[in-house]
Amino acid sequence: MTNIFNYIDRPSPIHRLTGATKLVCLLLWSFAAMATYDTRLLVFLALLSLVLFRVSRIGIRDVSFMLGFTAVFMVLNNLLVFVFSPQHGVELYGSSHVLLRLGGRWIITKEQLFYHLNLVLKYLATIPIVLLFVCTTNPSEFAASLNRIGVKYTIAYSVALALRYIPDIQREYHEISQAQQARGIEMSKKESLVKRLKSASAILIPLILSSMDRIEVISNAMELRGFGKNKKRSWYMARRFTRWDILAMLGSALLLAAAILLNVYNGGRFWNPFI
Amino acid sequence: MKKSPVRTIVAIGIGAALFFVLGRFVAIPSPVPNTNISLQYGLLAFMAAIYGPIAGCLIGLIGHALIDFSYGWGIWWSWVIASACFGFLIGLVAKRVNLADGEFGKKDILRFNLFQLVSHVIAWGLIAPVLDIVIYAEPANKVFVQGLVGGISNIVTTAIVGTLLCVAYAAAKPKKGSLKEEK
Amino acid sequence: MSDPIIQFEHFGFQYNAQSEPTLYDINLTVRKGEKVLIAGPSGCGKSTLAHCINGLIPFSYRGESSGTLKIKGKETGELGIFGISRTVGTVLQDPDGQFIGLTVAEDIAFALENDCVAEPELHERVQRASRMVNIQDHLGHAPNELSGGQKQRVSLAGVMVDDVEVLLFDEPLANLDPATGKTAMELIDEIQRQTGAAVIIIEHRLEDVLHRHVDRIVLMGKGRILADTSPAELLSGSWLADSGIREPLYLTALKYAGVTIRPEMHPESIEALTLDEEDQKKLRDWFHAVPPAPEKPARPVQLRAEGLGFSYPGKGRQTIRDLSTQIRQGELLAIVGTNGAGKSTFSKLICGFETQQQGTLQFEDEDLAALSIKERADRIGYVMQNPNQMISKVMIFDEVALGLRTRKMPEDEVRERVEETLKICGLWPFRSWPISALSFGQKKRVTIASILALRPKMIILDEPTAGQDYRHYTDIMEFLTALNRRGITVVMITHDMHLMLEYAERALVFSRGRIIADTDCAAVLTDPAIIREASLKETSLYELGQRCGLEDSRAFVRRFIDYEREVFRS
Repeated sequence: MTNIFNYIDRPSPIHRLTGATKLVCLLLWSFAAMATYDTRLLVFLALLSLVLFRVSRIGIRDVSFMLGFTAVFMVLNNLLVFVFSPQHGVELYGSSHVLLRLGGRWIITKEQLFYHLNLVLKYLATIPIVLLFVCTTNPSEFAASLNRIGVKYTIAYSVALALRYIPDIQREYHEISQAQQARGIEMSKKESLVKRLKSASAILIPLILSSMDRIEVISNAMELRGFGKNKKRSWYMARRFTRWDILAMLGSALLLAAAILLNVYNGGRFWNPFI
Repeated sequence: MKKSPVRTIVAIGIGAALFFVLGRFVAIPSPVPNTNISLQYGLLAFMAAIYGPIAGCLIGLIGHALIDFSYGWGIWWSWVIASACFGFLIGLVAKRVNLADGEFGKKDILRFNLFQLVSHVIAWGLIAPVLDIVIYAEPANKVFVQGLVGGISNIVTTAIVGTLLCVAYAAAKPKKGSLKEEK
Repeated sequence: MSDPIIQFEHFGFQYNAQSEPTLYDINLTVRKGEKVLIAGPSGCGKSTLAHCINGLIPFSYRGESSGTLKIKGKETGELGIFGISRTVGTVLQDPDGQFIGLTVAEDIAFALENDCVAEPELHERVQRASRMVNIQDHLGHAPNELSGGQKQRVSLAGVMVDDVEVLLFDEPLANLDPATGKTAMELIDEIQRQTGAAVIIIEHRLEDVLHRHVDRIVLMGKGRILADTSPAELLSGSWLADSGIREPLYLTALKYAGVTIRPEMHPESIEALTLDEEDQKKLRDWFHAVPPAPEKPARPVQLRAEGLGFSYPGKGRQTIRDLSTQIRQGELLAIVGTNGAGKSTFSKLICGFETQQQGTLQFEDEDLAALSIKERADRIGYVMQNPNQMISKVMIFDEVALGLRTRKMPEDEVRERVEETLKICGLWPFRSWPISALSFGQKKRVTIASILALRPKMIILDEPTAGQDYRHYTDIMEFLTALNRRGITVVMITHDMHLMLEYAERALVFSRGRIIADTDCAAVLTDPAIIREASLKETSLYELGQRCGLEDSRAFVRRFIDYEREVFRS
């Protein structure tokens, strides 16, 4: 419960990068992966992220439960795409090589499979890097990092507050729901949807109203200690950039540039092997 | 009631934490197998109705991004942005209702629900699917059906949970006036 | 005399939302290096006074003020809330609300960060402040890895880091167990000696604050200052009794014995107290005048726990270890122990919120394992500490009816049952009120009523009197005693010593997942070994008895309890 974001403290070059660097890299990298559908670049990104994973000394076992969620999400999304749009690949790549007819419009084509491959690659190019960010960035550094990349410190601090109070609110939710269950509040499948939502409200109302009181207490505490006094603030967890930070950011910027250039060069986001 | 800027910042933080906890740990099974009802939009509508569009936008943005982070599947930007937009749009109702002072009558209920309906339609019927197509090049019919299903479920959730929260909050605000003990 | 640092002159204040002023004609001066205790019942205006001192009034809560309030010779209006915070450091009552940082170090650094203090000064000052409160070994810890006492020390370091001249404590003892409360008062004393800051403590637990020297006590009532004098003077007068504040127990005992309290006796603490031979004799005579009350006959066992073992997933250590005990029908029982000793977990196992990995629980010869949470609730009710965590309806009637309606009881029966419950709970006059119009104590009653409506045979209450002043506390406890007399078993989880002493017949003392004592409360509070292990505090009655040459101090404590119960019953 204390570590929902699964930060794992290990000595590694990735851990030594500042939070701000990792945030910038994450953004640049995910924009690159978002921009391109060029299979070659996606494969490169996926492989590179696996290498980085090795460097960070985070093992598969450390992230297995997160990978589980992602796998389910990935499979479901692919299935949905196929069910709704079995000819999407044909439309995108402009040719049709039929492999198997399942009946009706559900025809498996090379193009569709290739599109799915790209979709999966897109996950593989982003997921490891997100996991890497989550596992190697101390949550305490997160707000300072946001501020460093230009987010107003008040907004950055609201992110820190969210991270700070998630465990408290989670515990409170748990306690309230137990006590309400004892009074007979149920959210099981036996009841109708509207009933279930009303039952949920019986738990949410005390939780949220007491959170509203909490807002008052916390904002008093913050004002009493001078929050919002100046246009800037310093951060206990902030660290100086080193050479490696600059290099990492430059590298990520290059990846994004490559993605954009490839889009221009390919005359679109897709690399089409069928022509 | 005038609110200090610090209070709004704290409301964003706590709101995002609540959004996260509801979205991540509170599962109400929905009639469609393997999907859960997103209670967090009822909460988001309620918070935005008190603290306004900017707060609503940021609660949606931070809360949803944190949920995505915790699952590790990356940030699904299209939906995160849709959550933020919903928070912003529903937050516009804050100027029209006086929830902060404990007023929430029949007219306000109507207004609140009208706003949430329109906001959800824009967020899930337009913004999320269009971004899915633009960013992820997903097929149009798939994303619009997804948006439609999600949107309808969110409208129902907000109508019940959001409205009940607003009513309970308004009722819990002590008001002037005298109550007499009965014998 | 040193310079005045806080000066109220004919000061009054009225909140915008209220029709009456909360403070009237306050005249109060606090000087450099002074230690002042501000006491008074709930609603007397002491929190409002604190808000005025730290600037939350008028900068966060709006209202009309009259007269003047100067801090270091300047009107507060000129200083602004940030200006005031440079002089006045506030430690709030709720340690989780004040702990803003993700870790100890970040929280201590918070005020400095807002002042843009940069490296390396930032780290160095955090180090210094953390050493002052002895938390330097926990700098990387998150708040949920700390105990209540540690969190409070972090809060203190977080204001000390700014070198403030006034330390303002809002109910510093409210969330602490007795031993930690004692340490907290010692720490505050120590810090004051080191820094020379003025200390203002707002608290209604007089005896615990007076564990260390206090220069003055300011007693408030209905928005006015009723007394502003030395502890010795105040305790010798009748102010406390008149305003519903609890005096130290040893003074109550002396009064029962017919001793008149005089300032020259140094009544401010049990250590300082001097009793002449005549006073001591009076006390001895009072002790010997009545034979001890006869033991009550043992009643049948209602709940039996056998070999319970439980650990939370992901935690190595067992929270409950091989625990066996019995609770008898119609008992009024206290469960005590430090945070994390397993007392809440034990109650969760009974209610079915968690399931034990080893052992059995039997309720009236029925195995609880076969029953769902809901079914157990028909037999055993559970009342949470904070009533706001349970209330989900607007109207009192609906809240009390909730559990009955979810059990699909016909509406006319619901009405009958709710009305009867409301009458028992003294809520009948308010039956058509919205819950928001009730006081905290009345809300607590509503939550108890909502549990009682299910007609359980046993109720478990988590800290039933937390945050209550003496009057409301007595109110709730008399109510619970009345329920108990109707035959309902009452189990209270608490670390309030007075509660144990005066009301509970028996105490189960938890430590590290086990029961280390199961005996009557007088025995617990006079046994140094148990007191140490369970983080309790010896009752001052024990020392009083010894001072007066009573061999059997435990019997003396029992005598006091018996007498007290008789006084209340008549």
